[in-house]
Amino acid sequence: MFGKRTLSTGTLILLLALVMTACVAPQAAPAGEQAAPSGEQAQAGGGKLEVFSWWTSGGEAAALQALFDVYSARYPNVEIINATVAGGGGSAARPVLQTRLAGGDVPDTWQVHPGYELLGQYVEPGYVEPVTSLYQEEGWEAVVPEALRAMMTKDGELYQVTVGVHRGNGFWYNKKLLAENGIEIGATLSVDEFFAIAEQLKAAGVTPLCVGDSGIWASAQLFENTLLGVIGPERYNGLWDGSVRFDEPDVKQAMEVYGRMLDYQNDDHAALSWDQAVKKLMDGGCAFNSMGDWAYGEFVNAGKVDNEDFGWVSHPGTDGSFMIVADGFVLGNGAPNRENTINWLRVIGGKEAQEAFNPLKGSICARTDCDRAKFGPYHNWSMDSFAKDALVPTVVHGSAAPADFQQALNDAVTVFVVDKNVDAFANALVAAAQSSGFGR
Amino acid sequence: MTTASTDSTPAVRTTPVETRRWRLSETMQTVLLLLPSIVALAVFVYVFISFTFWVSLSNWRTLKVDLSLREPLFATYGELFAMARWQADLRNTFVFTVFFIAFAVTLGLTLAVMLDRHLAGHHIFRNIFLFPYALSFVVTGVVWRWIFNPETGLNLLFELLGVNYLLAQIGAGPLRPGWITDPTVVAQVNGILATVLPGAESWQVRWGIPLAMIPVAIAATWQLSGFVMALYLGGMATISEEVREAARIDGASEFQIYHRVIIPMLRPVTISVVVILLHVSLKIFDLVYTMAGVGPGFATDVPAIFVFEQMFKATRYNLGSAAAIIMLVLVALVIVPYLASTLKEES
Amino acid sequence: MTTAALARKRRRPRWGAYAVWFVLFCMAIVFLMPVYVMIANGLKDAQSVSLQRMWLPPAQLSGANGFVGAWERLSPNLMNSLSMVIPATVLSSLIGAINGYLFAKWRFRGSDIIFTLMLFGFFIPYQSILLPLVRTLQVIGLYGTIPGLVLVHVIYGIPITTLIFRNYFANVPTELLDAARVDGAGVITTFIRVMLPLSIPAFVVVGIFQFTNIWNDFLFGVTVVPNPARQPVTIALNNLSGTFSVEWNVVMAGAVVAALPTAIIYILLGRFFIRGILAGSVKG
Repeated sequence: MFGKRTLSTGTLILLLALVMTACVAPQAAPAGEQAAPSGEQAQAGGGKLEVFSWWTSGGEAAALQALFDVYSARYPNVEIINATVAGGGGSAARPVLQTRLAGGDVPDTWQVHPGYELLGQYVEPGYVEPVTSLYQEEGWEAVVPEALRAMMTKDGELYQVTVGVHRGNGFWYNKKLLAENGIEIGATLSVDEFFAIAEQLKAAGVTPLCVGDSGIWASAQLFENTLLGVIGPERYNGLWDGSVRFDEPDVKQAMEVYGRMLDYQNDDHAALSWDQAVKKLMDGGCAFNSMGDWAYGEFVNAGKVDNEDFGWVSHPGTDGSFMIVADGFVLGNGAPNRENTINWLRVIGGKEAQEAFNPLKGSICARTDCDRAKFGPYHNWSMDSFAKDALVPTVVHGSAAPADFQQALNDAVTVFVVDKNVDAFANALVAAAQSSGFGR
Repeated sequence: MTTASTDSTPAVRTTPVETRRWRLSETMQTVLLLLPSIVALAVFVYVFISFTFWVSLSNWRTLKVDLSLREPLFATYGELFAMARWQADLRNTFVFTVFFIAFAVTLGLTLAVMLDRHLAGHHIFRNIFLFPYALSFVVTGVVWRWIFNPETGLNLLFELLGVNYLLAQIGAGPLRPGWITDPTVVAQVNGILATVLPGAESWQVRWGIPLAMIPVAIAATWQLSGFVMALYLGGMATISEEVREAARIDGASEFQIYHRVIIPMLRPVTISVVVILLHVSLKIFDLVYTMAGVGPGFATDVPAIFVFEQMFKATRYNLGSAAAIIMLVLVALVIVPYLASTLKEES
Repeated sequence: MTTAALARKRRRPRWGAYAVWFVLFCMAIVFLMPVYVMIANGLKDAQSVSLQRMWLPPAQLSGANGFVGAWERLSPNLMNSLSMVIPATVLSSLIGAINGYLFAKWRFRGSDIIFTLMLFGFFIPYQSILLPLVRTLQVIGLYGTIPGLVLVHVIYGIPITTLIFRNYFANVPTELLDAARVDGAGVITTFIRVMLPLSIPAFVVVGIFQFTNIWNDFLFGVTVVPNPARQPVTIALNNLSGTFSVEWNVVMAGAVVAALPTAIIYILLGRFFIRGILAGSVKG
């Protein structure tokens, strides 16, 4: 009797294992879908290259693949390991990257934002090597704007190759909805003009502003853009070198303006992600949305037409400034495949790779000599701005200030959205700037 | 050690003299069999926790590892408890735990009792109730965020089903809660706390029930009550039909059988259930993070999100580690006395 | 109690059965609501997914619905998940069964304390042990491999599997063990001959718990195995949503696809539940 029962338990486990394997085995495809070297043999020595990023979905993944394609065409024998970890702006990738760096398992190259994230997090602890010689050999210093290069330079050495640049201070609107209310937006929009329009829309029963801050950063970005618009690029830059304090009158005024803008936002902002807020705008649920130009891709994917269904302008008051949200790659210090990595950076800094990458990613080249015909009207507009406007760093996406300040800003915004207490907001940011080491 | 152990071995009631020699080696066998697990957990839990504790005392708050000790030694803990966000997290985790465990145990047990009667189609129901548990928290959070969106989701459903029309007919206002977007904290107890703790009245964090936390508890209940049901069903399977029959002969109703006989007999299962749910509620991360984020005014922030953000977004490793250690201490405060009392009862 | 009262009692369950069935039916609808949202929106194409229309079924089925995209992108990783989940579940259940049996029936001085200390491991916030974990796995050469992932899941699974089995075995009458001992069986023989055959319901519950937990784990999978070709399906699922673009239909469909193996296990194990219940009633 015991023997029989024992048998049945063992059989149960075994049976389960078999059934589970059988159920799935036929569908399991071979996993390695990395860019396989094909056809022609080139001069490259072979080996591997591990590229760590958080571009996993849609246009981002396609754009990354375009970079791989350009690289593989030149170095067909190198096996690219596409180590992507996604999830909301790299929130899942960060623990992995940080754990690997701390554990001494350095990827060859990984995705970074220029500015503080690059210099403070990776250059300072010595996780990356300088790539200044690449800039000299390839003549990139002539085509990459100085303000952008400055965001990647420490002690005279450059540490990053940037592939694409997003403009963070976009202000998108539903053109048809505004037309129905007799409103037309010109080439620029001032803060006062915005509030006049918002008041008019509110009276007509239209929600003026869509925000999707279920991950709080979208509201923090609204604040960052408003701050830039109210105090201007010079004062804005001063915040990050300590020459301007967060409790000075004009900064507080910007907080006030931000608070007033929040009065015009949608009720369900906290339950929407940023892209759902854009969708809501498209569906006529509101008139405006302040977002970086990755929003443009959402309009295009939904089949909306430029300057017909939707339009854009700089975030109120920020005309003449370009909020840089850029992505690039670095050379890991101790990279297992150093030679391949240097070649990778050489490829992605070039015109060919950037012209392939950016139209898919919805950004513009990090160099000023790309073929404008490869880009649509919005991006040509953005390129003009990139070439002539004041380039300023974003704090929300890691460039302007250390990560712990970024966190403190998000936390302060989380509280401000509810209590609208300007003094508490200002004090929190002053304290955070001091503890992060750049504020007075 | 071995001689004393003979007294505390309840396995043997009638002890033939000749097996005495056996028992010594049986204890040895027991210990040897347990040893691999003990060693593995000693390293993977206790050595690792010690490391985390050390980090919490250190200066490490950039990406570069810095294990030098901070002066004064517990400064990071002081900093932690001074943070309004952390205070809100402690409140939220308490509120969430209470609601979630109450909801999930009640619902899970109710479902188990209903299914235990083997009605037609009970196995279909069982699979339906268990299915949410199979889904990844990462995505269910998104679905629940849609459902609890105040402008669409459930509120839209209320509208479509005519709930608000009916309410208007009886003169009541429309049912349109803000759900996860509602920053209100009800049943505030700062005033009461102030009588014991001077200054509580002016705390930035209002102690009470953050309304936005309730939808989160509902979502978690949806995901886990099926599993609670499964545990109870597993437990009920070990209760023999004779026990029920005996109760029936004594004239107990079906309700009384469950209330007086079966549920009390399921006490060990309830312990497992509460321990598991407690573990879920204290560590809950993915679901809340994707469903509600930190919420307006930290209405839905929880310690696991705090630890995650401090460590991996803000790179304040010492602060994140300190928060993790406090989470552990909280667990210990709840679990250890509970375990101690149940263990004492059993022996 | 009068005969009339007894008769009333006997009749009641019938009406009760309808009431219970009705309640169960309503509960099932509530439980399925979010699942409906997932499937309905997973079946739409990227353009027609919107919050405003979340309750509506897809207007028409196009070849571009989310399930196609989700299957394409998730199926390679399903196998990885299985090769991790099956050994990890079986091993941690078996270890838990032995431990639970020992803690329930072979107590020795300090065993309760050791058990409590073990159980404590269930509660550590895993974010805080990632760094030493990765270091340790690198030292023993299992970093980046499925066996490494299995090891991690088995070790962190021991506390809870031990607890469930211990509570389960505590209900098994000690007389059964005594009988085996009189026959001269030792610690292990008693386990195999007496306890293991009785433990199917516990194995089912523990198996479900471990299978689901390990299957749905994200943090360990993503940290221990950096190579996406070897990563479990949950990480591929997470990768469906990118930094600045999300295809909600693919995400919704992906959740259902990734849950299918677990759901199949539940349906299969459902039978063994009944068997477990029957075994329980025979056993006494």
